[in-house]
Amino acid sequence: MLHQSYNVNHLSHLESEAIYVLRETAAQFERPVLLFSGGKDSIVVTRLAEKAFWPARIPFPLMHVDTGHNFDETIAFRDGLVGRLRARLVVASVQESIDRGRVREEEGANASRNALQTVTLLDAIEEHGFDAALGGARRDEEKARAKERFFSHRDDFGQWDPKNQRPELWNLFNGRKSSGEHFRIFPLSNWTEMDVWQYIKREGLEIPSIYFAHDRDVITRNGMLLAKTPYVTVADGERVQRMRVRFRTVGDATCTGAVESDATDLDSVIAEVAAARITERGGRADDKRSETAMEDRKRSGYF
Amino acid sequence: MTSYDDMEMLRFTTAGSVDDGKSTLIGRLMFDTKTIFEDQLASLEATSHQRGEEQVDLALLTDGLRAEREQGITIDVAYRYFATPRRKFVIADTPGHIQYTRNMVTGASTANLAVILVDARKGVIEQTCRHAFIASLLRLQHVVVCINKMDLVDWSESVFNGIVEDFKRFASRLEIPQMTFIPISALLGDNVVAKSEWMPWYEGTTLLYHLETVYIGSDANHVDPRFPVQWVIRPQNGEWHDFRGYAGRVTGGVFKPGDDVTVLPSGFSTRIKAIHTNDGELKEAFHPLSVVMTLEDEIDISRGDMLVKPLNQPHVGQDLDLMLCWFSEKTRLESRGKYILRHTTRDVKALVREICYRVDVNSLHKVEGVDHLALNEIGRVKLRTASPLFYDSYRRNRSTGSVILIDEFSNQTVAAGMIR
Repeated sequence: MLHQSYNVNHLSHLESEAIYVLRETAAQFERPVLLFSGGKDSIVVTRLAEKAFWPARIPFPLMHVDTGHNFDETIAFRDGLVGRLRARLVVASVQESIDRGRVREEEGANASRNALQTVTLLDAIEEHGFDAALGGARRDEEKARAKERFFSHRDDFGQWDPKNQRPELWNLFNGRKSSGEHFRIFPLSNWTEMDVWQYIKREGLEIPSIYFAHDRDVITRNGMLLAKTPYVTVADGERVQRMRVRFRTVGDATCTGAVESDATDLDSVIAEVAAARITERGGRADDKRSETAMEDRKRSGYF
Repeated sequence: MTSYDDMEMLRFTTAGSVDDGKSTLIGRLMFDTKTIFEDQLASLEATSHQRGEEQVDLALLTDGLRAEREQGITIDVAYRYFATPRRKFVIADTPGHIQYTRNMVTGASTANLAVILVDARKGVIEQTCRHAFIASLLRLQHVVVCINKMDLVDWSESVFNGIVEDFKRFASRLEIPQMTFIPISALLGDNVVAKSEWMPWYEGTTLLYHLETVYIGSDANHVDPRFPVQWVIRPQNGEWHDFRGYAGRVTGGVFKPGDDVTVLPSGFSTRIKAIHTNDGELKEAFHPLSVVMTLEDEIDISRGDMLVKPLNQPHVGQDLDLMLCWFSEKTRLESRGKYILRHTTRDVKALVREICYRVDVNSLHKVEGVDHLALNEIGRVKLRTASPLFYDSYRRNRSTGSVILIDEFSNQTVAAGMIR
């Protein structure tokens, strides 16, 4: 052949970029940790980490910030994956933060442990001496995240200062820091929701069953479908309905909305994502608290 | 949907000055390719009404942070994503204010193409020239000049032609391999996604069609094999007990099993035994693939070393001649200043030996006799590094020809450099 084609499709491009970022993290930091929520994005990051260091094991532990308000399916899934990878799992518990008096539980019908996670996360980072926390956040998710870096600096209070971010040029990532500071690192920065689903399909990745359509008791609140779980209080006038739903994101059970869906396999989920007219985080009560809810949480040290 | 699994990716940067409709253009591209979702649109409508505006302001879509929304400005580089059945697009959306040259350099560093906006009523202004200069300095292969607000100049062909002439006259002093000019109205959507009915005299394509079809296959270097080692993989267990692999991303050329390679800086030569990935061995590896290489001989290799071909080696040396853009508002680049320099996977100390001149980015004049570079200033600088680098000119290879400077005390990234 005279002219060999060196074109690489977008998924392979994104994959090799993420693997590069993961290897830079291992090389530039003393004690990285991979934040694992059991959601599809962190499953993809974990798979990429497996690829980046293969045939060696992933050279850092996984950490789950556990609100205690989980979907059972997520925890079973997490434990299975960690076992297969022979990885080390650190669980940072919001319940323990509450018990130790580090945070106070929210009250009322919309109570959620979402905001409390920040304290638990920062405490765990300090306790274990982690200097880089890898996460599955993507820039297409939300407008404050659109301004994130691959290597995102946090000061010694764990805070993000969007006006004082380091410029990120070519693929030269600057992870230098003073003691007490740390970095959040986002290998999936350039991925979209569609890319993540396509990659899950291409790689044949397992994901928790709640991403596929199933029958579930839900409550309609502020235009969202919330799963009826022991952690959600049903208010007067609210009705519990049995509906066929699936989740587009998997966070804390108290603030993750479901969508009506008949998609029971990856192809039908991908078709639904392609046709979707509401953003992925449109079903997240935590983002709905104000126009700049995500920015405010990120500034104080959220994921 | 089959084609959706196998798309090329195009990264582009957008530059324009204040009020020339850049945010509206991006909003229009995303709106017309159905990337804007209903809940985002509802949020835009609510905010527009709250401000007493009649039309939905598409520009609000790209203003992410609280201060930006309050002040109606863009602070930082924001990245946006949209896709058509042909390609996936990554936009580095950079603000147009005079003080934000730094952001445009940052956005352009990872882009294949620049979209430069010109207001049809104002024509080519200083900022247009600066944007064109930066696109040329960062060696973007493709520049698309969108002459916007054509609706406000009665869709006039002669206005369009005049601006094209002005731009070409300025750009003749730059190196821009491919220039394309498109008359548009971002507000009304003419020639953005759909062809305009008002400008029958324009025979070219719409902006989106151009972005979807412009040939980018030759943008990466597939000639000079370069493999900076990022990480050494040693499982030290079970079946992989003796495995010693070198992980990295190919930044140039093509590597195949059996190829002779030279290791820098040691100079030892050996052959590639295999190219591994978790999905199986590869017959060849090229940019931008991330792979693991094993070699026939045991040689001491660590992060920062580079694998190259014996007959195609990069420059090796401690004296760099580069174009540098200064990013810090708190400090200035001074003669005799010391910094940490990062090049590929290597960190070395560097000393500023000489500031040859500063470029006036509006007139392209060289200002000689300067003793510093301040925020957003660009100049030609000579550096001496504490140990040798293996580099190519930026013109030949963007990865092995680029560096950043880091302040030793604040750890901030203070400059970007392109080796001449």
